[in-house]
Amino acid sequence: MMFRKKFVLFFGFVLFVTVAGAQDRYFTKTGKINFTSKAPMEDIEGKNKTVTAVLDTKSGALQFSVQMKSFEFEKALMQQHFNENYVESDKYPDAVFKGVIANNAAVNYAKEGTYTVNVKGKLTLHNVTKDVDVPGTIKVNGGKIEASSAFNVLLSDFRISIPSAVKEKVSNSIRITVETKLDPLKG
Amino acid sequence: MIVKPASLLFGAVVLLMSYRAAGQNEDLLKGVVDTTPKKEKVYNAFKSSRVIMSQSMEMLQPGVLDFRVLHRFGNVNSGAGEFFGLDHASIRLGLDYGLSNALSIGVGRSSYKKEIDGFIKYRPVQQSTGPGATPFSLLGVVGTTIQTGLYSATAPHQFTSRLAYYGQLILGRKFTERLTLQLSPTLLHRNYVETQADPNDLFATGFGGRIKLSKRVSLNVDYYAVFNQNSARNVHNPLSIGFDIETGGHVFQLHFTNAIGMNERVFLTETTNDWGRGDIQFGFNISRAFQLKKRKG
Repeated sequence: MMFRKKFVLFFGFVLFVTVAGAQDRYFTKTGKINFTSKAPMEDIEGKNKTVTAVLDTKSGALQFSVQMKSFEFEKALMQQHFNENYVESDKYPDAVFKGVIANNAAVNYAKEGTYTVNVKGKLTLHNVTKDVDVPGTIKVNGGKIEASSAFNVLLSDFRISIPSAVKEKVSNSIRITVETKLDPLKG
Repeated sequence: MIVKPASLLFGAVVLLMSYRAAGQNEDLLKGVVDTTPKKEKVYNAFKSSRVIMSQSMEMLQPGVLDFRVLHRFGNVNSGAGEFFGLDHASIRLGLDYGLSNALSIGVGRSSYKKEIDGFIKYRPVQQSTGPGATPFSLLGVVGTTIQTGLYSATAPHQFTSRLAYYGQLILGRKFTERLTLQLSPTLLHRNYVETQADPNDLFATGFGGRIKLSKRVSLNVDYYAVFNQNSARNVHNPLSIGFDIETGGHVFQLHFTNAIGMNERVFLTETTNDWGRGDIQFGFNISRAFQLKKRKG
């Protein structure tokens, strides 16, 4: 019967797309995100080595989850103030980015090489969600994908205020660098 | 029911399109991000390692040197001629160091009776949240004070008569981001007391707490009930009320107190001023933290 055949064919196709979708995913749980504040009196650097990231190569969807308490600093007080006064990590434990590689078609994930990409999406930090549009690099290398980026954010965009007493020590403009090595996601 | 192949195809396309759209918006992180709750230690119960005059349940971080300048002026009610007490000042300079997350040491010297004091502070139990959490912190503090001034006329001329010791347990809990309370049973031993009526061993319990008024300012209260004070001495229980103000590397503790002393021996045994009569002093503590040892990372 004609109808049955098409029906089976159709669901077989959906199944194929679903399975193929799962194989197109790459992830890491040890991604690196560093941020730097350069101010006249003090430079502050926070390092996080436990960033979770997932990339769907088919759709170009790219998502990050960053645990704020995992940022490490040179000085204990910096870490304390970062968590207690600035990002309020007890109230807002994670920062999340959900976006998509705008020019995903330009990346050939089957071929080794370095591709310049443009990532658009929403960054949620300190309970404020902002649209961000940042440049990045995708490097396909031996079955792995390296995704990296560097961009600036303004603390004031995320309702993080700097008291006047430390204006010379904390910059409103923060440089963020992202480095991830993604492995195929099984399942 | 008969389904036409054309409508089936249309349905398939719609379904496929919706699937693709879902692919872009779906939560890729689901199942990848570890969402199981973890045990987490509680920090920042107080802005500094002291409530005002007493040790707080908060510790210094490892490798941090805390330079503490303590200042008490004269009695506020001493009148305009004494500039409301500001003409007189008593100080204690101190250095505390964090050896580990659970162990600190410190020394200080007070101008009053030229007294040196030193302490060891240990935190065997730290408050935590999550599975297997501990709802409170428990700390122990032991310290010694040594008077280095000239011998008084009555005191025996022995070095040991200059010494006093104290031991303290601190049971504290950060109830919310804003509220922290602690209780500190304390035993003070003085090697030498002036009269038979003065006990060598003094028992007291400290009550301390803070309420954060903003991210960087908190209201602190620090009080001791002393149980076996020699009533003939007209000594009062020490009470300090003030604000912690944090400005980057400094914490300023501005307060009013009836305690002239800045170590445990003095404020427990020589607090002769009385809040009830307005015999209070303005005082401040400045804490400046230096990171001596670089941290990992």
